[in-house]
Amino acid sequence: MLYFSRWKALAIVAFCAVICLMAAPSLLPQSTFDALPHALQRKIVLGLDLQGGSYIVLQVAQADVRKGRLEQLRDDARGALREARIGYSGLAIQGNAVQVTIRDGQDAAGAYQKLRGLAQPIGGMVAQSGQLDTDVTQNGNVITLTPTEAGINARTIQAVSQSIEIVRKRIDQLGTTEPSIQRQGSDRIQVQVPGLQDPSRLKALLGQTAKLSFRLVDTSMNPQQALQGRPPAGTEVLYSQGEPKVPYVIEQHVLVAGEDLIDAQPSFDPNTREPVVTFRFNGNGARRFAEATQANVGRPFAIVLDNQVISAPVIREPITGGSGQISGSFTVQQANDLAILLRAGALPVPLQVVEERTVGPGLGADSIRAGILASIVGALLVAGFMIATYGLFGVVAVVAVAVNVGMILGLLAMLGATLTLPGIAGIVLTVGIAVDSNVLIYERIREEARAGRSAISAIDAGFSRALSTILDSNITTFIAAAVLFYIGSGPVRGFAITFGIGIITTVFTAFTLTRLMVAMWVRARRPQHVPI
Amino acid sequence: MRLLRIVPDDTHFDFMRFRRISFPISALLSIVALVAFATMGLNFGIDFKGGTLLEVRYPNNTLNIGEVRSKLEGLNFGEVQIQQIGTDGEVLIRVAQQPGGEAAQQAVVGTIRTTLGDQVEYRRVEVVGPRVSQELLSYGIIGLMLAVVAILIYLWFRFEWQFALGASIANFHDIVLTIGFMSIFQIDFDLTSVAALLTILGYSLNDTIVIYDRIRELLRRYKKMPIDELLNQSVNSTLSRSVITHVTVTLALLSLVLFGGRAIHSFSVTMMFGVVLVGTYTSIFIASPLLIYLGVNTRAMEEAAAKDAAKDAARSKAARAERTAG
Repeated sequence: MLYFSRWKALAIVAFCAVICLMAAPSLLPQSTFDALPHALQRKIVLGLDLQGGSYIVLQVAQADVRKGRLEQLRDDARGALREARIGYSGLAIQGNAVQVTIRDGQDAAGAYQKLRGLAQPIGGMVAQSGQLDTDVTQNGNVITLTPTEAGINARTIQAVSQSIEIVRKRIDQLGTTEPSIQRQGSDRIQVQVPGLQDPSRLKALLGQTAKLSFRLVDTSMNPQQALQGRPPAGTEVLYSQGEPKVPYVIEQHVLVAGEDLIDAQPSFDPNTREPVVTFRFNGNGARRFAEATQANVGRPFAIVLDNQVISAPVIREPITGGSGQISGSFTVQQANDLAILLRAGALPVPLQVVEERTVGPGLGADSIRAGILASIVGALLVAGFMIATYGLFGVVAVVAVAVNVGMILGLLAMLGATLTLPGIAGIVLTVGIAVDSNVLIYERIREEARAGRSAISAIDAGFSRALSTILDSNITTFIAAAVLFYIGSGPVRGFAITFGIGIITTVFTAFTLTRLMVAMWVRARRPQHVPI
Repeated sequence: MRLLRIVPDDTHFDFMRFRRISFPISALLSIVALVAFATMGLNFGIDFKGGTLLEVRYPNNTLNIGEVRSKLEGLNFGEVQIQQIGTDGEVLIRVAQQPGGEAAQQAVVGTIRTTLGDQVEYRRVEVVGPRVSQELLSYGIIGLMLAVVAILIYLWFRFEWQFALGASIANFHDIVLTIGFMSIFQIDFDLTSVAALLTILGYSLNDTIVIYDRIRELLRRYKKMPIDELLNQSVNSTLSRSVITHVTVTLALLSLVLFGGRAIHSFSVTMMFGVVLVGTYTSIFIASPLLIYLGVNTRAMEEAAAKDAAKDAARSKAARAERTAG
């Protein structure tokens, strides 16, 4: 147990030193860090609880995905039946399905074939499973189209992927540093923005679907009448943004939609000095908008955002240039945000904020101070006690523990792991537990010496017997840390990481470094007595 | 230099006899803990209960707690807890979960921010919606159970089943007492508390295993020794290690409790109770004597060893047969 070849000894020391040195880039100032070769640019990331910032979890509501899918199925069914010239009645969404009654019993089989064609394999053309996203069933003249659970799930996952892209675009516009946007589970998006103190603007930006459309206003009926009775066919009543809410009768037909925008910028109206948003259409949008405005000079049209009328100007002349401006008595910030939303595009489904955690920079700095103070005091107390108890061997233990902490930090930097306040607590606890391996070894050595062995033989036996105990006891603790890593998130996961890494480095140093140091001492001194 | 020696060499305490006291004490404490849990419940933080938490600070002695209270109570958010913390103008505001789904929770922060204005420093804002809180709670419970089962399986592989069972009873005892402690003192129970419970579990087992390891070793060495005496010797010979490790962990935790800051205070206090007060006691006074009742003795060990040997023999015989057949 006590013999090390020169190469092995060198390898152990070099390995420990390299791992510890991996932590060094984290201590450098940012400018020096940036000058390092790329391979060395790995540093410990401070958790939001230490550096301050906002953590937000957004959720795609499956109900919205289902609703969107049902509406789409209804419209597709209408299109398919019309195309095949099959008479039908009562096409509507019924609970979780779309139902339609075929007028003529003889057409029913043909209609069933047509509607079956609407079911798509899940996962597009490359699908392996052969599962369809819609069940189509026929019962006499009634045909029912039911979206399958698997189909809805696939769509939810797709909606999350699309939303992540749009969320990223929107956040990038805010100019914050290093936001992290990740999928969480099947239907959530986790957003972390370091340094953000008040996420209300961010939440407002992410909480809007931002579906923009240009539609004509129906002036054939007074909005008040439409509210009391029924709006004309093909129209709906929408309200204006802001207070007081003014109702408008708006055609459902969309002239141009937000997808056809290629740019949007905040600016000021040269006449009124009011903040406005100027935009440009792509070729397709410009052409359609030109046609529509040409045909409807003198009529008002509405700019609708998420079912709210932003403004409803009258078309004075055809707009053929493919650009325009939206005015709606905005503040500068509102104009800015609207431009961001329009540039980034619409979300496929609405997102809900289900969790928010924000830490201000003051608390973060306090936590860092508290963490450092607790670490230093804890380390000094433990080191003092160990040296008082074991003397020279205590010094060996303290060196081992110091290397241990260095290696934890080095591994954290290598993994790019996040250090949180509970994570610092994990390191302090590791200091407490790492010395335990030394205690186990030393006490065993003492016992063996008391049993009458010579000093060298006692030390040798102490190591070999204690190491199996160290392994057993640490594996169980490691299992607890692994479970914690798996179930935890944020700060708690930070604790699991440092605690888990700490256990590994503890076992490693006990098997190598501590043993090496004691072996060197034995070789140098040839002791007759065990000094503990 | 004279070294510090807390436990003298060659102690011969009769720990096993103490079980006639320690078992009833533990049973009683467990009942107290369970009763406290049943009657007082746990002081669930917003992680598990949902709702809103704000930590705000009024700079330069501008805090008027009464004013804050009256302002916030006028908002009709139902249950609002307002608590002054420290002496630095800091206030902790807790608002219970609002009816009306996820959006209603989000509205709370906005309203409070407008009510308190921009003059105060918002040090921490947490909003947990009903769906997330429910998930976090079930994750926490599943995680605890998962850890216990995983550790049990490991112990069962490494030791005999009696040890695995003894360790898990001791484990369960630790968790029950810690939960009782958190219930009696109404310590915030949140995600970090689950972390604390899992760590307590890990530590307590760590301690137990060190002693069990020794018991196994002595069982192999002294085949004739009565089990009481053997267990006593195991605990006595590891006693010095137990005490010294106990001290180092206590020192580390003490600095966390005193200097670690409020954000992990409930974590540190819970750990202090679980590791320092319960964990070590359990290993010595519960986990070890339990083995007497679980039927650990040299004969059982020999039988298990014989069974393993028989299995090995059968396996090699089968392998040999296969080789000749092939």
